[in-house]
Amino acid sequence: MKIHEYQAKEVLRKFGIRTPKGGPAFSVEEALEVAKSLGGPVWVVKAQIHAGGRGKGGGVKLARSLDEVRQHASAILGMRLITHQTGPEGQIVKRLLIEEGADIKHEYYVSILTDRATQKVAVLASSEGGMEIEEVAAKTPEKILKAFIDPIAGFPDEEAERLARGIGIPEASVPAAADTLKKLYTCYMETDASLAEINPLILEGDGGIKALDAKFNFDDNALFRHPEIVAYRDLDEEDPDEVEASKYELSYIALDGNIGCLVNGAGLAMATMDTIKLFGGEPANFLDVGGGATTEKVTAAFKIMLRNPKVKGILVNIFGGIMRCDTIANGVVAAAREVKLNVPLVVRMKGTNEDIGKKILAESGLPIISAETMAEAAQKIVSALSATH
Amino acid sequence: MSILINKDTKVITQGITGKTAQFHTEKCLEYANGRNCFVAGVNPKKAGEKIFDIPIYASVKEAKEATGATVSVIYVPPAGAADAIWEAVEADLDLVICITEGIPVRDMLIVRNKMKHKVAAGGKETLLLGPNCPGIITPDELKIGIMPGHIHKKGRIGVVSRSGTLTYEAVAQLTELGLGQSSAVGIGGDPINGLKHLDVMKLFNDDPDTDAVIMIGEIGGTDEVDAALWCKDHFKKPVVGFIAGITAPPGKRMGHAGAIISTGAETAQAKLEIMEACGFKVTRNPSEMGKLMKSLL
Repeated sequence: MKIHEYQAKEVLRKFGIRTPKGGPAFSVEEALEVAKSLGGPVWVVKAQIHAGGRGKGGGVKLARSLDEVRQHASAILGMRLITHQTGPEGQIVKRLLIEEGADIKHEYYVSILTDRATQKVAVLASSEGGMEIEEVAAKTPEKILKAFIDPIAGFPDEEAERLARGIGIPEASVPAAADTLKKLYTCYMETDASLAEINPLILEGDGGIKALDAKFNFDDNALFRHPEIVAYRDLDEEDPDEVEASKYELSYIALDGNIGCLVNGAGLAMATMDTIKLFGGEPANFLDVGGGATTEKVTAAFKIMLRNPKVKGILVNIFGGIMRCDTIANGVVAAAREVKLNVPLVVRMKGTNEDIGKKILAESGLPIISAETMAEAAQKIVSALSATH
Repeated sequence: MSILINKDTKVITQGITGKTAQFHTEKCLEYANGRNCFVAGVNPKKAGEKIFDIPIYASVKEAKEATGATVSVIYVPPAGAADAIWEAVEADLDLVICITEGIPVRDMLIVRNKMKHKVAAGGKETLLLGPNCPGIITPDELKIGIMPGHIHKKGRIGVVSRSGTLTYEAVAQLTELGLGQSSAVGIGGDPINGLKHLDVMKLFNDDPDTDAVIMIGEIGGTDEVDAALWCKDHFKKPVVGFIAGITAPPGKRMGHAGAIISTGAETAQAKLEIMEACGFKVTRNPSEMGKLMKSLL
């Protein structure tokens, strides 16, 4: 789960990390109120969307008067902000962060994530703050310092200081920077984050260390023990179909193609998409109905897939192991009837009670095309689509 | 022979009284067909009781002492699953198979590091399979986990995969072509797990009753690449490889917590190319895994 910058800064402050003073605003009036309470003389008006690259897209503006705060707030609120992370459709800005200006002497980069290969917590730091870390990694990888932390032993002071010195923080500010790194580590562990990033972390004119921007991802599997993080959830930032799918414990991701697919199991779902592509089609979605699909779940899955106007055909691929094919067949028939399905449907079923499942489909009177293998199913749905075009 | 488990393995079921655990334990018992493999269950609140005639103990340690079991399977819900793994490790079992899906990554990170500390301090090493995996089966001998038993056939092909249903797909293709399996292993779809492709490939390499292996992977992480690079110099048997997720967009988690492309090296295409360069016969058509294997034998 992702959160907004202003929420991320609230989390950082809770763990004792310094940030500029500021507050969220949902309207121009609120923006002015926050600006007045901060006092000025300089303010930053920042669009709050979950995607990065907001500055380049015109979502971050400096204001030197309350009038400029008003102008920027009016311009940014409601704008369709397009960044390299939003995709071409962009994201409508519904929230702002109004902050005091900062005295920036230098910008650094720090982040924390879990490293799969070493099974440790990786702390990354770089002198090249304010840039995309992927760009730094590609052009000057030697400028990224890393520490791998054993969560049992914790983050040693010497390691934090080594990173702070290594990225060029002046000696007088090294203790403050090391302290910030250690606090960020504590914050990462205690909130069950999967990414905590401060970019830029700034050195101020007086030698202070502050987080000027902040980004968090949290582990969805751990949200059950973090109601305080769940409270930050902003459904406006999430794909409504993915949200709807999650209510039925379906895992759904929309893609660009026109063949909807409904599969049980994440690996098989990806393999089905790949097979569609292999035979010249384009998958419209990833959809894993999971291990315990019921008629209700399958119906919900059909409805979600068909909300995508690009879908011109559907492929169902079920490996009935624990789940029986007759259960799935009943679900498919009920769903097709309920949604009055009017696009070609190919069903491939394999496993327990496969013959009964096929019989249910054949006797349903619905124009369901049956296939024996994943490859045959993909070929049949691709040719059914080219026949209707 | 086989890898990790066989007909003589004695298994403790942790969380045996849960609904899912009961369902699958019953299926595993049917598959064991009278062999006395599932010897104990664990639930501190129901110690002394029995379920499917399996005695329940208060702890893994007690269950091990009473029965001599060396393997456990975990169906404990996500919030308590990492503690259940640690309990089995502290009881010095040989192998722990964690079926549970949805365990917080931090819990897995901590338990994995505790396991490493224990070995570093001279303690016994316990292998972990999973979490978020279907388990392991040695056909006609023992099934530990949630895979459908009837699609399997005893034979000489090893199967290893992160995904459950994709493993079943490969197994069913093999069985239809008359090729049985030595063992089929699901290592699970989570980012922090126990046995990796590499570890399982090493076991298959040393197993005299495995003639060839189907290795199935997916996007995210570098496990398949690590395995392929090792196999290039050490693996003595033919390998068929497939990687799911050619069509997966970067930055999106495709169902499995671990199936997400963060860097270019984690794409299906990059992995397939490395596997091919390391001598695997790879296919981009998952319906052809079995046929490709048959052509190699």
